[in-house]
Amino acid sequence: MINFGYTLPSDRQIVYDKNNRETATFLRSKEPTFNSCIQCGTCTATCSAACFTDFNFRKLLLLVNRGETFEIIQELQKCMLCGKCLLVCPRNVNTRNILLNLRLYYAF
Amino acid sequence: MKSSKKVVTIGGGIAGMEASSFLAAMGYDVTLLEKAGELGGHLAKWEKLFPTMRLGKEVLNFLSQGIYENVKVLCNAFIERIDRELDDFRIYLADGKVLEANAILVTTGYDLFDARKKEEYGYGIYDNVITSADLEEFFSSGKEIRTASGKTPASVGFVHCVGSRDQKIGNVYCSKVCCVTAVKQSIELKEKLSDVKIFCFYMDMRMYGMHFEALYKEAQEKWGVQFIRGRVSEACENSDGSILVKVEDTLAGRPMRLTVDMLVLMVGFVPSEGTKKIGNMLNLEFGPNRFFKTRDQHVLTNVSNVKGVFFAGACTAPKEITHAITDARAAASTIASYLEQNSVEKRTI
Amino acid sequence: MRVQGKQNIWKEYQKEIADDKYFYVRSCVRQNFFPGSEVTFLRILREVLGKNIFEHPCHTTCTGIGYHGDIVPFDTLMTIVARQFSLMTESGFENFVPSCITSFGIYTEVLDTWEHFPEAEEKVRNYLKKATGREFKIPGNLAHASDIIYKFRKEIAAKSKFKLINRNTGMPLKVVEHIGCHYAKMFPDKGVGGAEYPYVLTGMVEEWGGEVIDYPERRHCCGFGFRQYLVQANRGYSLACSYKKFESMAPYKPDIIITNCPGCPMFLDRWQYVINEMEGKKYGENGQGIPVFTYEEVAGLVLGYNPWDIGLQMHQISCEPVLDKIGIPYDIESKYKV
Ligand code: SF4
Ligand code: SF4
Ligand code: SF4
Repeated sequence: MINFGYTLPSDRQIVYDKNNRETATFLRSKEPTFNSCIQCGTCTATCSAACFTDFNFRKLLLLVNRGETFEIIQELQKCMLCGKCLLVCPRNVNTRNILLNLRLYYAF
Repeated sequence: MKSSKKVVTIGGGIAGMEASSFLAAMGYDVTLLEKAGELGGHLAKWEKLFPTMRLGKEVLNFLSQGIYENVKVLCNAFIERIDRELDDFRIYLADGKVLEANAILVTTGYDLFDARKKEEYGYGIYDNVITSADLEEFFSSGKEIRTASGKTPASVGFVHCVGSRDQKIGNVYCSKVCCVTAVKQSIELKEKLSDVKIFCFYMDMRMYGMHFEALYKEAQEKWGVQFIRGRVSEACENSDGSILVKVEDTLAGRPMRLTVDMLVLMVGFVPSEGTKKIGNMLNLEFGPNRFFKTRDQHVLTNVSNVKGVFFAGACTAPKEITHAITDARAAASTIASYLEQNSVEKRTI
Repeated sequence: MRVQGKQNIWKEYQKEIADDKYFYVRSCVRQNFFPGSEVTFLRILREVLGKNIFEHPCHTTCTGIGYHGDIVPFDTLMTIVARQFSLMTESGFENFVPSCITSFGIYTEVLDTWEHFPEAEEKVRNYLKKATGREFKIPGNLAHASDIIYKFRKEIAAKSKFKLINRNTGMPLKVVEHIGCHYAKMFPDKGVGGAEYPYVLTGMVEEWGGEVIDYPERRHCCGFGFRQYLVQANRGYSLACSYKKFESMAPYKPDIIITNCPGCPMFLDRWQYVINEMEGKKYGENGQGIPVFTYEEVAGLVLGYNPWDIGLQMHQISCEPVLDKIGIPYDIESKYKV
């Protein structure tokens, strides 16, 4: 390969058409409240894990919804299942069931 | 034109006053019942109004000018029973008075959400957590703005959507006025305490009114109010009585904590006790949000499920002042067309 | 801070707690962490309160730690829970009392699941039948062991020999309470006092003479977090949770920490040592740590039990400063004698 001194950068956009959104479909079937999230961030504000890691439950839901699940396995390991997010969500999103189902789906 | 037809309005707030004025002007015999000692409802408690910063009492004064001798006002009125006779009503008051009515207008309004129910914000527990109504009380009484320990607050936080848009406490609707009220109150605070730092914690800035967006922009540009997009998960008290707020700065994508000297909870609307009481007495239908259900959401917005009973104001949904006033005028004309059996009355949907 | 405001909330979260005939299930880890606590609980129930409390020799772990660590699937967990219930049923009891908060959370979650998904219960009944031939009844009452002590806190106070009062100053001891996440965060109405201002331990402390302090990170997790602690590489972040709490409570100068869950006393106790090694920080008076007790241990102390009989020698942070403050006699020579 010739080194031209520059690279061909990959696309930074969320390529919605190509992204694999099966995880979102799966979650929707297992836990319909997955759809109700309004991205308010209360779960992340209260999250025991988010204080110390870059774990962000709100963002996780958003990324799953967009099909951006490339790093999801590392993300899922960070949740402590402490249940605080379940307590605060104004949309009654069943955060616990979502996490348990995601872990089941990626079976680790 | 003087009519022999009688209308009784239940509730002497904005909508009740304005609708009664118009009905009386049309010649009906109107009685306005108010449970408190004077007319004005919640309006009497608000010093300045968004988005113009006009004084609340100017609006109240305007509304009062319509209540001349054709409207019989009964304050401290407590309704014991309402009977129906064919299409007419008989209203029994606790003091023994009995009123006849050919139509009833229900304007029982709203109550403010009881902030103690959002336990995680500590209202009623932490001394420096107050509600928007408490802050307004500071403004209208002219008292200096001080924390519980008498210090001038260096920072104040406003929490939007307290008791609204929240399934956990069973209120899924938006209360409409609290976003712009937070903006209004931030500006007022800045006017009084120029060094105070202000933070508004919001999910969405619902600036739907014609001049609301401009007020929002003024708060940002002129007053430097910080708007942080995230819903507060909890408030805790520090040892010095200041309040630690936990929120996600969703736009930065990271949880955030900050300390404020005072935290103001923007409490939303809930159906008033009077709404519940009168609704049960008259067998009125309630909607899923426990406000009154109108016959149709688009076109029959002042009409109830009971013939001869009409609605106006915030008893059917949260409304700001302007909307409550126009709704009251609409109710007056709806009642008039009912009493006169106009042809517009015969339309169906 | 207005206590009246909290009292109003406490009134809203009163749960039903059976008053006798308990079926007790132990925690899998507590007997290694603080072995005196469960013994003390049984002793108080039998000797002080005269209750009928039964333990079945065949009961097992609830597998909650495995479940939260993703080793045990939910179906397995539910079947094990069902087996515990069958032991209760065959012993003729219906009031189920777990010793552990994680278990309490598990039992509550399983019962809630069955209530909403009866087909899950049917499935589990089948599994249990096939695997063991057993059948079970749903408990009439589910209460955590701390709920029972809470219920009888006044009876214990009436028989107490000591109060949670500093005998030198006459002031109440300042107590930090920590209820453990799974006591009420998932199901607030299943915990005495709810999740935001839990009353279960506060009620005991107040009744026995102490004063609870409320500090900003009161609601934060102790940091056990299962897979966070269990995986060594993640353990720092378990530590960071406890650290956050200590930093936040330190300005209030607490005399003791009283806890509910097996993990919390363990971590709040041992991490003080680790923090001291790493950061050179100590949070108690006179270069000591803040002693961390379980509620059973505190009840035992109040009742005048020998500190070594209730297992206080098993704590990292020495308990003697608090014993001295309250005026509880102890024989230092016999601290580690068996
Ligand atoms: S259960 Fe997981 S996502 Fe929810 S608050 Fe706890 S650690 Fe965060
Ligand atoms: S609290 Fe609920 S609605 Fe808000 S971001 Fe989290 S899951 Fe979504
Ligand atoms: S107006 Fe704003 S603060 Fe009020 S409920 Fe609606 S979004 Fe929330």
